[in-house]
Amino acid sequence: MNFSSCREKVAYQPILLGTFALLASGALAWVSQATGDAIIAAEASDLRSSLSDVLPQGFADNDLLGDTLTIDRDGQAVTIYRARQHGKVKGAVFKVAERGYAADIQLLMALDADGTTLGVRVLKHAETPGLGDKIDVAKSPWIEDFVGKSLGKPPPEQWAVKKDGGVFDQFAGATITPRAVVKAVKGGLAFFGAHREEILGEK
Amino acid sequence: MSDNLRRVIKDGLWDHNVVLSQMLALCPAMAVTTSGSNGLGMGLATTAVLVAANVLVSMIRHTVSSQVRIPVFVVLIATLVSVVDMAMNAWLHDLYKVLGLFIALIVVNCAILGRAEAFAVKSGVLAAAVDGLAMGLGFTGALTLIGLIRELLGAGTLFAQASNLLGPAFAFLEVKIPNYGGALLMILPPGAFAVLGFLLAGKRLLERSLQARAGRVAGAAAGVTA
Repeated sequence: MNFSSCREKVAYQPILLGTFALLASGALAWVSQATGDAIIAAEASDLRSSLSDVLPQGFADNDLLGDTLTIDRDGQAVTIYRARQHGKVKGAVFKVAERGYAADIQLLMALDADGTTLGVRVLKHAETPGLGDKIDVAKSPWIEDFVGKSLGKPPPEQWAVKKDGGVFDQFAGATITPRAVVKAVKGGLAFFGAHREEILGEK
Repeated sequence: MSDNLRRVIKDGLWDHNVVLSQMLALCPAMAVTTSGSNGLGMGLATTAVLVAANVLVSMIRHTVSSQVRIPVFVVLIATLVSVVDMAMNAWLHDLYKVLGLFIALIVVNCAILGRAEAFAVKSGVLAAAVDGLAMGLGFTGALTLIGLIRELLGAGTLFAQASNLLGPAFAFLEVKIPNYGGALLMILPPGAFAVLGFLLAGKRLLERSLQARAGRVAGAAAGVTA
C-alpha cells in the first residue's frame, strides 16, 4: 500500500490532526520554557527603568526592588516598592490596574509620603494604536498631568476626564482609555491613603 | 531568476496585492493604519510570519491530506504567531515593546491562511518563500500608504514616532505640518474606509489607463509591421 492511498483513509485524518496538535503544543511548551527566564529578566529590567522613570532623579538612595512590602488590596496582593532617603521612607511606588478599552491597563505610580503623585507610567496596555496609546509617555506627554496631583488637589469630584466634568484631558477618539487611567490613579491614591502608616513604617 | 518567480513577485507587490486587489486582511489594514509607522510595523511583522508560514506549509504539503488541511494550517499559523510573540518578547525586547501590540493581531489575518491555501500548498519551498515575501511587502506597502494618508490628513504628520520603530537614525522621516489642526475623522474608522475606497478606485483607474496605453502601443506596432 503506497502513501497516497493511505492518505485517503479515514483513520489518517484524525491521526494527522492529532499529531500536528501535539507537535504544536510541544513547540509552544518548549518555546515558553526557553523564553521564560529571558522574558522575566527583560521585565525586571523594564521595571527597574520604570521605577527610575516615575521617581524624580536622586529621590531614593536605596534599591527599590530589594525593599518591598506586600499589601492586600481587594483580595489581590500589591507589591509596594519603598523609596528611602537615609533609611527613612520618603515615597512609595506600586502598580495599579484598571480595565481599559481592550484589556487591563497596568500603571506604575509613585507617591511621596504626603500622598502627592510624583509620577505615573503605563507598564502594559493593549489600547488602540494611534488613539488610546497616547497614555504611553513615548507617544504623548499626557500622563505627566498627574504629577503634583493628590486626592485633595483637585477635589475628588474633579478626578475625571474633562468630558465627565473633571480636570484631565481626554484624547480625540478615545475617552474610555484616559477615563480608566484617571480612575486607576485615583484608586491608587485612595489605596495609599488607607495604608499610609503601614507603608511608611510608622505603625 | 526565472520568469515564474518574477511573476510571483509582481503578483505580490501589485497585480494580486493582498489589500488593494484581493481585498483580504482588511481588518488589520483599517484598524491599525492610524499612522504610517503603525502600518509599517504591522506590515513588517506580518511579512515575517507570512514567509515562515508559507515555507512550513510548503514543506508539509505532501503529508497533509486535503480533508484536514485547514485545521492543520490554522494550528500551524497560530503556533507560529505565538512563537514569534514569545521569542521577540524574550530576545528583542525593545522592538517587542513597539511591535508587541501588533503581533497578536496577525493570528486573525486571513491573508496568511489565504496564501497557505492558494499558493504554498501547491508550490515548492523557494517559490512559497518568495511569494510570502512579495505578498508581505505588498501588504506592508499598502498599509504604510493608507497609514501615511490618514496620518497626513488626520494629524498633519508623516511617520510620527518612526524612530520608536526603526531606531533614532530614522528620526529624519518624521515630518510635521505646522499650524494644521487635523481632521480627526481620518484617524477614526470612517477615514480608513474612505482612504481605502479612494486607493482601490485609484488603482483601477491607473491599471485601466496603463492597459489602454499598452493597447495603443501594441496597435501602433502592429500597424508598422503590417
